[in-house]
Amino acid sequence: MQSEEDKYPQAQQVDGKPLALDIQHLTQVFHIGKTWLNEGKPLRAVDDVSLQVRNGEVLAIVGESGCGKTTLSRLMLGLQKPESGAIYVNGQALVDVDRKAFARRVQPVFQDPYSSLNPRRTIGEIIMDPLLIHDIGTLEEQRQRVEETMAKVGLPHRMINSYPSQMSGGQRQRVAIARALVMKPEVLICDEPTSALDVSVQAQILNLLQELRNELNLTYIFISHDLSVVEYMADYVAVMYLGRFVEVGPARDVLERPKHPYTQALLGSVLTPDPELGLPDIDLGRGFPDPLNPPPGCRFHPRCPKAMAVCSQKEPEKLTVDGTEVECHLYAKEDADIPV
Amino acid sequence: MSGAHHYNPDDPPVLEVEDLSVDIKVPAGTLHAVNKVSFSVRPGETLSLVGESGCGKSITSLAIMRLLPKAARLSASKIIFDGQDLAALSEKQMARLRGNRIGMIFQDPMTSLNPVYRIGDQLEEIYLRHKGGGRREARERAEYLLEKIGIINPTQRLTQFPHQLSGGLRQRMMIAMMLMCDPKLIIADEPTTALDVTVQVQILQLLRSLQEEFRMALILITHNLGVVARMADHVAVMYAGQVVEKGSSADVFRHPTHPYTRGLLECIPHPGQSATRNKLGSIPGIVPSLVGRIDGCTFRNRCNYAFGDCATAQVGLRDVEDGHSYRCLLPPETFAAGKLEKA
Ligand SMILES: Nc1ncnc2c1ncn2[C@@H]1O[C@H](COP(=O)(O)OP(=O)(O)O)[C@@H](O)[C@H]1O
Ligand SMILES: Nc1ncnc2c1ncn2[C@@H]1O[C@H](COP(=O)(O)OP(=O)(O)O)[C@@H](O)[C@H]1O
Ligand code: SF4
Ligand code: SF4
Ligand SMILES: [Mg+2]
Ligand SMILES: [Mg+2]
Repeated sequence: MQSEEDKYPQAQQVDGKPLALDIQHLTQVFHIGKTWLNEGKPLRAVDDVSLQVRNGEVLAIVGESGCGKTTLSRLMLGLQKPESGAIYVNGQALVDVDRKAFARRVQPVFQDPYSSLNPRRTIGEIIMDPLLIHDIGTLEEQRQRVEETMAKVGLPHRMINSYPSQMSGGQRQRVAIARALVMKPEVLICDEPTSALDVSVQAQILNLLQELRNELNLTYIFISHDLSVVEYMADYVAVMYLGRFVEVGPARDVLERPKHPYTQALLGSVLTPDPELGLPDIDLGRGFPDPLNPPPGCRFHPRCPKAMAVCSQKEPEKLTVDGTEVECHLYAKEDADIPV
Repeated sequence: MSGAHHYNPDDPPVLEVEDLSVDIKVPAGTLHAVNKVSFSVRPGETLSLVGESGCGKSITSLAIMRLLPKAARLSASKIIFDGQDLAALSEKQMARLRGNRIGMIFQDPMTSLNPVYRIGDQLEEIYLRHKGGGRREARERAEYLLEKIGIINPTQRLTQFPHQLSGGLRQRMMIAMMLMCDPKLIIADEPTTALDVTVQVQILQLLRSLQEEFRMALILITHNLGVVARMADHVAVMYAGQVVEKGSSADVFRHPTHPYTRGLLECIPHPGQSATRNKLGSIPGIVPSLVGRIDGCTFRNRCNYAFGDCATAQVGLRDVEDGHSYRCLLPPETFAAGKLEKA
């Protein structure tokens, strides 16, 4: 049988260097209400998603809750096996690397610094655990690495014996980042890393992530629903809607000249603290998408202010428009001509 | 379109709060959750209480509604709603006001919606409790309101249970529930925090249009400065239980003066700012413990301008300009852009 990797080979790089992360046609389907008799109803949480990220770059994934961001990040972390598709890290297929070795290279930082840390272990132990699990270095080397990493993320040494409950949200998120970094990973997958934090603390963490990226040449997948944070952090942006990437391109292009009507609505909803401006008018239908019954044709059509007749009949293909990939009939000349 | 002025500044306030304080008994001592907070709000006006978590926003709103936890003690020189002194009302009289003349919306609508009853029954129940009248009348009002707030298929929605609705739709139901009676004041505590950005805008638009139509006063509690700037007529910035800056939203956002307000605004990435070129401002450190007495300025352990007196002096509110004040020992000129080296 043909493997997923044969079916979906990695992308060719122009400069010959492998991509930090190369994802080819990933699909994840959950079967809702499945029993031993019943197949259940398929929910395509991630539907044929591809992305390529070069070393040292930040790719942000944005989209509303339930669109599949966390599922995609779990696939990229190797925590779930995809239904189909292939993942390559620095040129190596995930299936060829054993689980442990893979975890060294791709590490997560989760949203909630309250629930993601074991309350019964000290900060020093939490950060050292991955080294023990992966049997890296002597005890002395492990201790040293924990101390170095704490310093790097701005945790004072005296906290090494503290427990998470004695720390603020921002400090806990620093612990979570330290726990990821202690493995010296190549890719960090940050799933809403600051959305549980106050803005003053969010700023501290974003500045830290940026410093670490410069210092360690890290690659980030940065998942967020906050477009001003995305604009600040990202080199590339992927906009996700009901399991699909509907627009992917350089951050500047996507954020300054959004092409997909959904991207336009997201950007139109950003509320900058400008008292001269009132509420924006966003012309979106109120239909809330049901991932179990995605609409036919373009999945966004029930809410799209620019929908045409073709939109409810035919799925839009991926097109490249001025360097941005977009899935929308507006950009396919022959489709756009069909009158509504 | 600018947000401001759907109210008449000469109208008497719907709610007037003066020197509201709340102390909470905790194992370690007394927690001063809210400390001498004063504000007022007029018909059609939006007042925002803004600040980071733990600064006392929710406790302030619960104090007004008299829904404080048992361990809390309230004191105030005034809480006047529509001519009535709320502090003097019996629990029974207060219960009659809640949900009837004062509407509430919370971040999580499930705290107010009962998961085991159909939406329609819950809406009718509110009406029957506060307005009397028959079930038929109540049902008609519910359908009318759902239609009005833009819910498609109102008749069918009324037969659904809360868990069958999306977050945005549940928040719309909360708003409908509130409108079953005719509140003069709405207190909305982080009403859009859990919602997606596009839904947030839709819910805020709905609140704004209903407020204009029914001339309701709105106290909008949020940590989101963008929401405040776009919605509020007046703003009170809270820190560690105190109001540290207040004024019209135009004044506060155009001339933020307290170092905390200025710091908060610098923490938000602004359009065009990118990490590779430009670091975000941030406020070092964390909020002090509110247990026990804090001498001097509550912000001093995080303030770049702090000096000797900040640790001991009584820091009161002082004017930046007419109707715009802040709580700090230094004069406003200190903070004029680029004027003074930070201490
Ligand atoms: N383990 C699971 N079983 C069934 N459905 C799931 C599971 N995890 C996620 N889903 C569904 O997949 C979709 C995408 O979820 P998720 O990846 O968490 O989205 P996001 O992170 O963008 O909010 C949602 O409809 C969610 O209900
Ligand atoms: N039930 C309670 N018992 C003890 N302390 C409380 C309780 N509720 C709130 N507090 C404390 O009161 C202060 C103000 O809380 P709150 O009004 O909820 O803040 P905000 O809504 O601004 O996030 C915080 O220090 C909080 O820890
Ligand atoms: S394909 Fe049609 S419905 Fe979909 S986003 Fe484009 S215009 Fe809108
Ligand atoms: S009183 Fe002192 S510590 Fe407080 S804000 Fe002013 S300068 Fe800073
Ligand atoms: Mg998620
Ligand atoms: Mg609160």
